[in-house]
Amino acid sequence: MSEPNHARRFTLLWLLATVIALPIVIWVIGPLIGPGNGSDQASGQGTDATVLAVIATPVILLVMLYLLYSVIFFRQPSGGALEGPAVRGDSKVQTTWIVITSVLVLIVAVYGTVRLESANGAGSGSGATPLSVPSGPKLPVQVIAQQWYFTYRFPTYGGVETPHLVLPVNTQIELNVTSLDVIHSFWAYQLGVKADANPQVNNVAFVKPTKVMRFEVRCSELCGIWHGSMFDYGHVVSVPAFKQWIARAQVTYAAAKAALPPYSKTYAPEPTRRGG
Amino acid sequence: MSLFAKKVLGVGVAVVAVGVLIGLYVADWATSFPEPVSATPAPAQVGGANLTLETVASIGKKLSPAHPDWVSYLVRSNGRWIHSTTYTVPANSIIHVTLYQYDSPTGLRNPFLSQVQGTVGGTMTLDGKTVNSINPEEASHTFAVPEMGVFVPLPGVSEEAKNPCEEAPCETSTSAHRTITFSFRTGKKGRYRWQCFVPCGAGYYFGNGGPMQTLGYMGGFIDVT
Repeated sequence: MSEPNHARRFTLLWLLATVIALPIVIWVIGPLIGPGNGSDQASGQGTDATVLAVIATPVILLVMLYLLYSVIFFRQPSGGALEGPAVRGDSKVQTTWIVITSVLVLIVAVYGTVRLESANGAGSGSGATPLSVPSGPKLPVQVIAQQWYFTYRFPTYGGVETPHLVLPVNTQIELNVTSLDVIHSFWAYQLGVKADANPQVNNVAFVKPTKVMRFEVRCSELCGIWHGSMFDYGHVVSVPAFKQWIARAQVTYAAAKAALPPYSKTYAPEPTRRGG
Repeated sequence: MSLFAKKVLGVGVAVVAVGVLIGLYVADWATSFPEPVSATPAPAQVGGANLTLETVASIGKKLSPAHPDWVSYLVRSNGRWIHSTTYTVPANSIIHVTLYQYDSPTGLRNPFLSQVQGTVGGTMTLDGKTVNSINPEEASHTFAVPEMGVFVPLPGVSEEAKNPCEEAPCETSTSAHRTITFSFRTGKKGRYRWQCFVPCGAGYYFGNGGPMQTLGYMGGFIDVT
């Protein structure tokens, strides 16, 4: 019995599996990857994750199917250990391998770099000096991390500080993230925002919430004994509800407001009387 | 049994023994919490429960041989001051806290926490006077249960006070102190962390090491049962 054309047979199998798998990855697995569609940035990250999964799917299938194919069709016959012939100098295989892997890596690198600096990409244009700043009006909100709690300051509302985060829907938000002590990281998961909170640094990130929702806020930088307790729920509300909330906050936290320093992008607070 | 099998068995037994010892050590460390102390029921006409606390600049050798110079909270139980920061309180109740503050000021890094928040009426009494905030520079400690929205700043004793308490337990009859009272409502059952927000860990980075990073000193749990 003549040996079948393994290359052709395996290629057909791989193509068939890829054609079946890709729609599943795009329409079934992709939406489950997260962080959801709570903001332009979150949706952008979902798209990025799906694109990377689509690129990875044929590669994973190639490796897994070849392993399976080899186990079935290239199994060592029982009764003796046979050494296969050495394959050397096959420039066709080598060239194909180098070209395909190089192209894939370059695609991922270019796509990742472009999306990282775009307003809705995985990086959301964030950083101390953002590369990408969304156009139009923005609501500045300062995120102040401290061991072990986040507080929030609204410079356009008299500099009032609040213990919880409430944001208006369909409004471009400029988050100015800083820390009063050690390194923290502000992570609003469902909004697709994660920004390091470093002392003496103003880390800027943009987010545009697109639906009324509750979202999780947590610290994602190990920062001490109560790091795990730096958790809270934030809320995206309608614009009128936000205006009511911020007006109430200005009254509720008036006493604290009177004690606050003037609004600044970073703070170097005293005391360090007992600090080492 | 061959020599090789004996060697394999020996190494296996040794690895398992070391693993068990490490596991026991980690389990002991992970389950070593300060002894919980229950709030005492308040008189029927008042309702709720009473919790009496004090903050001291130095816990002393008697209560903490390992860290006698650390700042700490103490809790009153059966007429004695106990070194514990895990308090058991009833659910859906009002907790009346009386706190004797013996330490000097350090100041708040975030003045936002100088306002009393989350207490009944949004106030506390300071030496008998009702206030809703303090000068952030005068804060010595805070009693804060963030998940319950409770933030109570505790002003310090003047550094010129004639009779500061040198070592815990401190008594109001003999040492300079501030008396703070406030009440807060508990909700559903659960374990809630509480902490001091003043960087009062002397000699540590930003004052937030040592007693601020160790259960049983400047932070712990409120067990709502």
